[in-house]
Amino acid sequence: MPGLAIQTENLTKDYPTGFLHMKAKRSLESLTMQVEEGEAFGFLGPNGAGKSTTIKLLMGIIFPTSGSAKILGRPISDVEMHRNVGYLPEQPYFYDYLTAAEVLDYFARFYGFSPAERKDRVAKMLKKVGLETAGKIQLRKYSKGMLQRVGLAQAILHDPKVVVLDEPMSGLDPIGRREVRDIILELKREGRTVLFSTHILTDAEMLCDKVGVIVGGKLQGVGRPDEIVGLKSQGMEILFETDATNAKSTAILARAARSGTRYTLRVPEDSLYAALDELKAAGAKIASVSQIKPTLEEYFMHLVAKDRAQAAAVEVGDNK
Amino acid sequence: MNRIFSVALNTFREAVRDRVLYNLVFFALLMMAAAIFVGQISLGIESTIIVSLGLSAISIIGLLIAVFIGVGLVSKEMDKRTLYALLSKPIRRWEFLVGKFAGLVLTLTVNTAAMAAGLFLALLFVKRTMENNDTAILVAVYFILLKIAIVVALALLFSCFTSQLLAILFTAGLYLAGLFIHEMRNLSGSKVSPAMQLFFSWISYILPNFENFNIMAAAAHGKSVPESLILQNTAYAAIYCLIVLAAASVVFSRRNLK
Repeated sequence: MPGLAIQTENLTKDYPTGFLHMKAKRSLESLTMQVEEGEAFGFLGPNGAGKSTTIKLLMGIIFPTSGSAKILGRPISDVEMHRNVGYLPEQPYFYDYLTAAEVLDYFARFYGFSPAERKDRVAKMLKKVGLETAGKIQLRKYSKGMLQRVGLAQAILHDPKVVVLDEPMSGLDPIGRREVRDIILELKREGRTVLFSTHILTDAEMLCDKVGVIVGGKLQGVGRPDEIVGLKSQGMEILFETDATNAKSTAILARAARSGTRYTLRVPEDSLYAALDELKAAGAKIASVSQIKPTLEEYFMHLVAKDRAQAAAVEVGDNK
Repeated sequence: MNRIFSVALNTFREAVRDRVLYNLVFFALLMMAAAIFVGQISLGIESTIIVSLGLSAISIIGLLIAVFIGVGLVSKEMDKRTLYALLSKPIRRWEFLVGKFAGLVLTLTVNTAAMAAGLFLALLFVKRTMENNDTAILVAVYFILLKIAIVVALALLFSCFTSQLLAILFTAGLYLAGLFIHEMRNLSGSKVSPAMQLFFSWISYILPNFENFNIMAAAAHGKSVPESLILQNTAYAAIYCLIVLAAASVVFSRRNLK
């Protein structure tokens, strides 16, 4: 049974607000979650949901108001924990007076590699992220996508067991996104634990073994992408074509939705065969039959709407 | 130690690539102009003027760099978020701070050494010879460097918790106050109330005493500097920097980045 790579226990973060910092805004509330070793975990949520706050807490960039967290069994306050952890910040920015090779060499020094090993690792990483020809250009001349690649390279430079990526696809073109996806899949294949935050649901569905959905600073659910939205089918969808104008087809067409020359008919699962018989009798040509399942996006939108409604209710209550 | 050295080296590299050392061109031009003009107008006090002018320029340029670069040492890394990736490496926050301090002091040492060399060249041009008591000039340059190191430590401390503008004001304010330590301790004959006299007396021991580092007049007149003063100033600067850096580490180790 795999051990735990990341675990948080009631992790809470309040930010002081107001002129004298007398008030506090809760950004993360009692986050308790676990990520197993070797797992690809997607941290999902809209902007401002608390994803980056959680990641920054794990990386020691900010400190929790209460609660605790461990990475590979070590508390996050232990600096040595970082030897086995790689981190890509959101919209990474590095010393722009350095070249990509120099910045990677600089970061490699903190892991105690010998000069020869550093040189070797830097060359390998630049190649891995597709920057081998741009390694000697100062970062001030880099595009956003290229900086993102440098960020990825510095995150995996030291072969970490756990890789934490904050919005790794942000600012990338489709080719860049594909390349980052491939790198994440490779990290997964190599048995590393990958935790990444995103608000792009297809990325999560494609890459993650498990996802955690966070909205309004609260974790709403954790599970496999299909599990979290519920496996229960919401019916069947039949796609068909027809040019018949008889009475039978008119009745079916009234229940179907038209899209160009094709029609879509949604029926309950137990009425599928009856509907197919009906379509056959009407002379329709079946193009496809598929199960209707809620997507992660629908689930996500539902949670966001629920959170906003709750927030509005609290606001109304406060104003009374 | 290796981590501190890495940060220091990178800070030095940043200063060089951001053309901080270009101030040396200004200093070189100043020394050349002074050497030529002083030779024409002065009456046997050429070397005194050159030394006074040179040491003042070394001090002012050094202080300006210490304050303006020093206040950005931490806050710039926080604002630009370059610290995010760095703090995810196995480095303690105090190691980062000490590395930044050492990097800027290294930059200023190189800068000051180059300016001192320029001063000696100008002096050689005017006097055509070097004398034994010119070593006092070297000691004066060393004292300027010690003074600058304290200013860097103070700037770094303010850089950890306030904006760059306020950090400049605080550092400059402390520097100016540190030039009047002697006056603060000798308020007994003045019209200041006894309570204020006591307050200023106490605070004069907390503020950095920059007066002790000023031996420009002695150096300009070729007077020797007692060894005890060199030791005393070295120890004072080292201890003061240590205390300020410890305070900065305490502040920064609790700081939430944006």
